[in-house]
Amino acid sequence: MVTTQSNKQHEILEAVIIRFVGDSGDGMQLTGTQFSGTSAMFGNDIATFPNYPSEIRAPQGSLYGVSGFQVHIGSVEISTPGDEVDLLVAMNPAGLKTNLHAVKPGHTIIVDTDAFTKKNLEKAQYESNPLEDNSLENYRVIEVAMTSLTKEALKNVAGLDNKSITRTKNMFALGMVYWMYDRSTDHTIDFFNKKFTSRPEIIEANTKVLNAGFYFAETLELIPNSYTIAPAKMPAGTYRIIMGNTATAWGFLAAAEKSGLELFLGSYPITPATDILHELVKHKHFGVKAFQAEDEIAGITSAIGAAFAGDLAITTTSGPGLALKGEALGLAMMVELPLVVVNVQRGGPSTGLPTKTEQSDLLQAMYGRNGESPVIVIAASTPSNCFNFAYQAAKLALEHMTPVILLTDGYIANGSSPWKIQSVNDMPEIKNNIVSKYYDNWHPYNRNEETLARNWAIPGTPKLEHRIGGLEKDKVTGNVSYVPENHEFMTKIRAEKIKRVQDYIPEISTEFAEEGDLLVVGWGGTYGSLHSAVKQVNEEGFTNIGFTHFNYINPLPKNTLEVFSKFKKILVCELNNGQFAKILKINFNKLELLQFNKIQGLPFGNSELTEKFKQLVK
Amino acid sequence: METITKKYTFKDFASDQEVRWCPGCDDYVILRAMQKALPEMGINKEDVVFISGIGCSSRFPYYMDSYGMHGIHGRAPAIATGVKLANPKLSVWVITGDGDSMAIGGNHFIHVLRRNIDLNIILFNNEIYGLTKGQFSPTSLVGQKTKSSPYGNTQPPFSPGELAIGAQARFFARIGGNTPKEMTELFIEGQKFKGTSLIEVLQNCVIFNDGCFTQFTDKKVREDKQLYVEHGKPMIFGKDRDKGLVLNGLKLEVVTIGEKGITQEDILVHNAKEQDPTLHQMLVRLEYPMVTGVIRSYDDVTLEEREDAVTAEVKRNSKFHKTDDLFFSGDIYQVF
Ligand SMILES: Cc1ncc(C[n+]2csc(CCOP(=O)(O)OP(=O)(O)O)c2C)c(N)n1
Ligand code: SF4
Repeated sequence: MVTTQSNKQHEILEAVIIRFVGDSGDGMQLTGTQFSGTSAMFGNDIATFPNYPSEIRAPQGSLYGVSGFQVHIGSVEISTPGDEVDLLVAMNPAGLKTNLHAVKPGHTIIVDTDAFTKKNLEKAQYESNPLEDNSLENYRVIEVAMTSLTKEALKNVAGLDNKSITRTKNMFALGMVYWMYDRSTDHTIDFFNKKFTSRPEIIEANTKVLNAGFYFAETLELIPNSYTIAPAKMPAGTYRIIMGNTATAWGFLAAAEKSGLELFLGSYPITPATDILHELVKHKHFGVKAFQAEDEIAGITSAIGAAFAGDLAITTTSGPGLALKGEALGLAMMVELPLVVVNVQRGGPSTGLPTKTEQSDLLQAMYGRNGESPVIVIAASTPSNCFNFAYQAAKLALEHMTPVILLTDGYIANGSSPWKIQSVNDMPEIKNNIVSKYYDNWHPYNRNEETLARNWAIPGTPKLEHRIGGLEKDKVTGNVSYVPENHEFMTKIRAEKIKRVQDYIPEISTEFAEEGDLLVVGWGGTYGSLHSAVKQVNEEGFTNIGFTHFNYINPLPKNTLEVFSKFKKILVCELNNGQFAKILKINFNKLELLQFNKIQGLPFGNSELTEKFKQLVK
Repeated sequence: METITKKYTFKDFASDQEVRWCPGCDDYVILRAMQKALPEMGINKEDVVFISGIGCSSRFPYYMDSYGMHGIHGRAPAIATGVKLANPKLSVWVITGDGDSMAIGGNHFIHVLRRNIDLNIILFNNEIYGLTKGQFSPTSLVGQKTKSSPYGNTQPPFSPGELAIGAQARFFARIGGNTPKEMTELFIEGQKFKGTSLIEVLQNCVIFNDGCFTQFTDKKVREDKQLYVEHGKPMIFGKDRDKGLVLNGLKLEVVTIGEKGITQEDILVHNAKEQDPTLHQMLVRLEYPMVTGVIRSYDDVTLEEREDAVTAEVKRNSKFHKTDDLFFSGDIYQVF
């Protein structure tokens, strides 16, 4: 264990953004998670974002084999992993090359000089060594022979081969960064002890190298001062760091427990949704039935079968998978069964940009089915609130007897943030429409007068035997009916049922300003970027800019137009070509909207947003 | 399934919906056979679920007074899998056609068989698309003239049984669409079987493919052209019960008892319970005689049993009883 020395100089910072990059085998994800975990426990607010290569085993040292992990920590509220970095730790030339553009000029880069060999420089397509050709003169470069120092530190540890030794060099880097940011190494040493219980030599090696890095930084004159980021003011409570996809999975676990139903997942692997499946299959002890189907269609249809039989049924996927599920989603809508469809959006169309984020499945979610088939569409906006929106999706599906599409995206699904743990006891009640007994005049399409939800009769219940299906059904008996007026009536009542959900969802509110010159509008996973950009321009004195964010898209919150009407200009910001703006225009045809769209598979950058906002209120 | 609390008759399983198949369609025979079989199975009516895809045959659930879902084209096996996993106590039946299960639903068809979940599949094979008015299907013969093959079908057919056994079906039976008594018995056999049971019915479509099976199913020739196999019995057929099957090298051969020194003892005895599917495949492929009855019935572990075993093990070893136990476990920290 190492604790910080009190005699060192501290510069106090509000927030800092650090990016660890290296070869996919260099353990950058672990390094990043350890640093963020330690910072969170120290009390900082954090946001993290991993960036993996899309190839599974990219050649070592290649430009496309670079793996990165970015963490933003602060004593203030942190809502995004940030775009420009204060510190880049580059374990090889390829990592330096692909990430240098993100480093703020004048800021620090730590490199492992041992990795800057002729061969690696060639693989990174460097014509000359950047450490020698002055190309980095605008940065503070700290050159450390990390691989050799690691070997040196471990020369007396028995039972380690060369490979295991070099593999620990990421801990040398982590040790240095711990020292620089005044963090203790305790949390990480604890982690080694728990993770490698049966391999004491690995615990010893990692601990040694971590400490070596820490002491090295302390004695190294190249790092003139160290930084402190004080704990953030966060609501009191018990916290953990959670990834968006895990939070989504846990939201469903909570909803199943609260509703007293068993959870059924039918799914087929697809990036970036697969981690929800990976998480839920672990929880058989909660009675979770997670079924890996033969394709997306079987994923959703098995879920429809499970919903018919009385489970809380969900299916998870990403864009191309949602396209395949379209027909079945229409069936679920027609038979009016509760079903949650999670779509973790990625860059489209087609297979598009599988590992990049985008918000371009919105219209698919709204309209990607034949016939008139409205469903509830909601979107989560941060890694941790994926929990709440998964829970809410299940609640709405069960209470309103309809499919609900929950949209998240690669950015929030893979990113992580602190989550103030919510006990299931404190979650809102979930009712359901199950009929347990025959009553006079029972019919499968009898509806709740207020919500219009039909009653849910489950196989195994005597005297409620009935048939449902995709064909149009009589409004009362549910039998097949081709009567023209009945079809019109049913079409309208299915739409009205979704419309009435407005009475059960929260209204929107604005942040920073309730009226003014400009209202910044976003939805889903862009919340963090938009919120921090509006916050920043406000702090710069632009107090006439408000911000509102949508999590409920179909139906829209009741007061949408009212909120919009208080601003002179409305700017809809989305990571697509204007899909939410289209939906707003369909709903409020007189509304004039400005748009800011980015379609690069990347999240919004802070400066592009702030510039745009300022330009509009000039 | 709960122990039976009520005695049913076939009427209890007939819904109030008017049956709308073409007059003379074999689908009526199958419907009636099912309504007769169910009361014999000792299952409570509320535990019976019919799931279908799309096609003439897939209208079937509407005519049964049980739980049911008329799904989407080809997906009934997947819907049924969800029903069964959600509630393993139910008796779940899949109703499908040759287009529904062999074409659009081919993928689900093979995977449900591979998994061996305890479902019963009734495949109405009429070697044609009925509902869309007469296009060739994946079981139509080469050369067959249909609405979409006016000059003769050029796509060689699947044999459903062969495909199914290749996909590891543990239970496969076949029956002519005009033999209700045997059909009823096979439905009961299918229900009793633990695992996926597949029963192919050679179903005549009077409108678009009339007579496609008459060469074996016509009353006049049936006994000579069909071999109805039974487990443990020699594979003998023919009006005079004088024909039988023997193995000649790697081929099945039809022989006549009493000729060339062949006696009853030489005839192969049917073993439906054999794990090795080789002989079952040969029986399925045989063109003469057309083999009907339970061709394969190999008892194996079901998907539910495997799932139950894993779940029980996980539950035994888990320290999580409520979701809160999970949420508050691991790397958590306090903010004051
Ligand atoms: C997605 C989709 N594609 C096509 C159809 C049209 N369709 C309905 S039934 C059918 C063929 C049914 O043939 P089969 O399964 O042999 O059933 P049969 O009508 O002969 O009983 C087709 C192509 C459909 N309903 N849905
Ligand atoms: S078209 Fe053929 S299969 Fe369909 S109902 Fe008529 S006879 Fe039966």
